[in-house]
Amino acid sequence: MTISKLVDSGHVVICCGTGGVGKTTTSAVLALAAARRGRNAVVVTIDPAKRLADTLGLSELGDTAQEIPRSRWDPAGVAKGDGRLSALMLDTEATFDSLVHKHAHSKEQAERILDNRFYRNIAGALSGTQEYMAMEKLHELHEEGGYDLIIVDTPPTRHALDFLDAPERLTRLLNNRIFRFLMMPTRRSMKLASFAAQAFLKTVAKVIGTEVIDDIVAFFRAFEGMEQGFRDRAGRVLELLSEADTSFVLVTSPRRDAVDEAEFFAARLRESELHVAALVVNRVHPDFGVTDDPEQLRRRAKELAQTDGDAGDRLSARYENLADYVQLARHERGELARAGERIGAGVVAYVPALAHDVVDIAALDAVSFYLVG
Amino acid sequence: MELHDFCSTSRVAIVAGKGGVGKTTVTAALGTAAARAGMSVLIVEVEGKSGLSAALGCPPLTYEEQEVSPGLRARTLTPDEALLEYLEDRGLRRVSKQLVKSGALDVVATAVPGMKDILVLGKVKQLEQSRAADLILIDAPAAGHAITFLLSARGMIDAVRVGPVRKQAEDVIALLSDPARCRVMLVTLPEETPVNELVETAFALEDRVGIKLAPVVINGVPDDLALVGAITAQDAAAAGIGSPAEQRALDAAASFRHERHELAGAQCERLRSLFPLPQLCLPFVFDTIGPAAIDRLATTLTDEIVNLPGSAL
Repeated sequence: MTISKLVDSGHVVICCGTGGVGKTTTSAVLALAAARRGRNAVVVTIDPAKRLADTLGLSELGDTAQEIPRSRWDPAGVAKGDGRLSALMLDTEATFDSLVHKHAHSKEQAERILDNRFYRNIAGALSGTQEYMAMEKLHELHEEGGYDLIIVDTPPTRHALDFLDAPERLTRLLNNRIFRFLMMPTRRSMKLASFAAQAFLKTVAKVIGTEVIDDIVAFFRAFEGMEQGFRDRAGRVLELLSEADTSFVLVTSPRRDAVDEAEFFAARLRESELHVAALVVNRVHPDFGVTDDPEQLRRRAKELAQTDGDAGDRLSARYENLADYVQLARHERGELARAGERIGAGVVAYVPALAHDVVDIAALDAVSFYLVG
Repeated sequence: MELHDFCSTSRVAIVAGKGGVGKTTVTAALGTAAARAGMSVLIVEVEGKSGLSAALGCPPLTYEEQEVSPGLRARTLTPDEALLEYLEDRGLRRVSKQLVKSGALDVVATAVPGMKDILVLGKVKQLEQSRAADLILIDAPAAGHAITFLLSARGMIDAVRVGPVRKQAEDVIALLSDPARCRVMLVTLPEETPVNELVETAFALEDRVGIKLAPVVINGVPDDLALVGAITAQDAAAAGIGSPAEQRALDAAASFRHERHELAGAQCERLRSLFPLPQLCLPFVFDTIGPAAIDRLATTLTDEIVNLPGSAL
C-alpha cells in the first residue's frame, strides 16, 4: 500500500521511531495531507517542538482534540470542501486520571486512588505509561470522535512499543504475589504470610523506607476490583491495532543507529502480528543525479589539483565535494533499501534533508510532496 | 587551553543531548582524544543500547570493563545490573534474585521512580571515588530523560526520608553539584529545534540540578570547502568538464554545502546569544561512524579545545 492510500483510506496510522528522526513532523504531515484530501483527520502529538505546536495551534489547546481553523492549515484555500484537521497534545497524567474515573466504582474510590503517591508515580513516571495513554487516547478518539483518520505519534524511546504489553505489565503489577497479601486488611494476614515474605518486606522497607511500603499497600487496597475494567479496555485497544485499516509507519533518519531502532521496532511489531505499512526516511542527502561512482569524481579532483592556477584548485574542491555527497547518498540509499526489505515495509519513502526546520504549514506541505505526492 | 587541562577539570563528564545529535560520537571522540593525551579513560554507557562498540570498533560492551585501546576502557552500567551489584555488596544476593523473579522490583521501581537512575548514578559515584580512571565519560540517556535522570537524586530525597537509598541520593547530589568532580557536556546539531532544546536543557540543568556545564559541542557542522566563485566557461573548458549536467551537479552540490555551512553558522551564533557557553564544533561526517571517523573527530576536537580561551571553564 502506498502512503497516499493510507492517507486516503486508512483509519488509524501509528508512527514509531527513535528520537530526533522527525516522527512528530511526519505525523503532522500525514494528518494535514488527509485533511487536504477531504478527510476528517486528527493527530495525537507527543511533546512537539514549540514552533510546530504553535503552527498546529497546540499551545492554546489542552489534551482534548480541537479543530484547527481552516484558514490556518489551508491558507490558499485549495483543500477539498469537507476536509477537517484537528490536533491534540497528549497529557499522560490527565488521561490516566480520567481512565481511573471511568473504571472506579465510586467517586470516593477514584479520589482515594488519585491522591495516592504510588498512583501519582505510576501516572507520572512509570516507563510505558505514556505509551499506554497514547493508545488510550487513540481508543477514545476511535470510539467517540467520529474521525475518518487518526494519526498517533509515539514517544521517542526504545519503550515506544510498550503499549503492546502495557496492559500485561499493569496486570502483572496489580497481581504481584508479594503485594497481594498486603491488600488483606487485617494484621492476621501478616501472621499468615510466610516467614520468607516477611523477611523480604523488611528488607525492602529497610532500603526504601516504610512510608513507601505504606503508600503501595494503600494503593493496592484502593485499586481493588478495578483490574478487570482496565484489562478489558486494553484488550479492545489491541483489537483496534490489529484491524485491517490500522497501519504502522516506521520513521527513521539515514543514521545507522536510527535504522537499527526501526528494525528493532519492526521485529517487536512482528511478534505481535502487527504489520508495518511503510518506512519513512527523513533527511536523506541528495546525490545530484550525475553519477553513482564517487571514486571517479575523486580521481578527477586529484588530477585537477595538480593543474596550475587556482581555477584548478577550485574545481578540484568541487569534485571532492560532489564525491562526498554521491558517496553519502549511495551509502544511505543502499542501507535503507536493505533495511526496508528486512523490515518488510511495503514502501520506503525518502524525504530529503531540507534547508530549514519543518515548523510551518508551507514546510509541512513541502514534506507532504515526498510522502503522498 | 591544553587538552589535558580541559579533561582534568572534572573527573566525571556526562555527555547529554537530544536523541540523534551524536552523543555517542562525541563520547567516543572525547575519550579517544583524552586517551591520546595520556589519560586513563573509562567510557560508561547507561542505556543498554548504543553505537559505542561500532564507533570504537570493539566487541559489544558489557558490565565488565574491556580495554578498547591503550588508555581507553568501556563498559555498560544498566540499572538492573547496578541493583544486583548494590544488593550483593550488602550481602543480599538471595533477595536480589527474588526481587527480580517475583516482579517486586517493578513495584518498588514504580513506587520510587528515580530508583533506577539513582542506582546508576550511585555506581558512577563509586567509580569516581575509587579513581577508576582519570576521566569517566558517561554516554547519557536522551535529553528529556537526561534531566529526569540527573534530577532523580533530588526527587529521591523527597520520597525516601531514611535508609541507604537516601544516603546514596545525598552522595549523588554532592557529586553532581561539585564542578571539580562532575560536569555535563551538552551536544547539539546546528539546527533550530535541537538548539532550542539544548537551551531548555541547559537552563534546567543549571537551575534545577545545580550542575556545572562544560563547553557545548555542536556536532555535524559542514565545513566549507573552498567552493566560492562560479566556474567560468573558460575554467570548465580548461578542466575538460564533460557535460553541462556534470557542471550543474558540481554547482548544485557546492551551493548545497555552502548553504548548510552558512545555516549552521547562523545557528551557532543564535545559540551563543541564547546561552553564552563556549562552543566546540565537530564537522559533518560523510562516511560511516567507525574507528577511522572517530580518530579524525578526536583530532578536530583536540584542536577545538586547544583554541578555547583559558577562561573557558
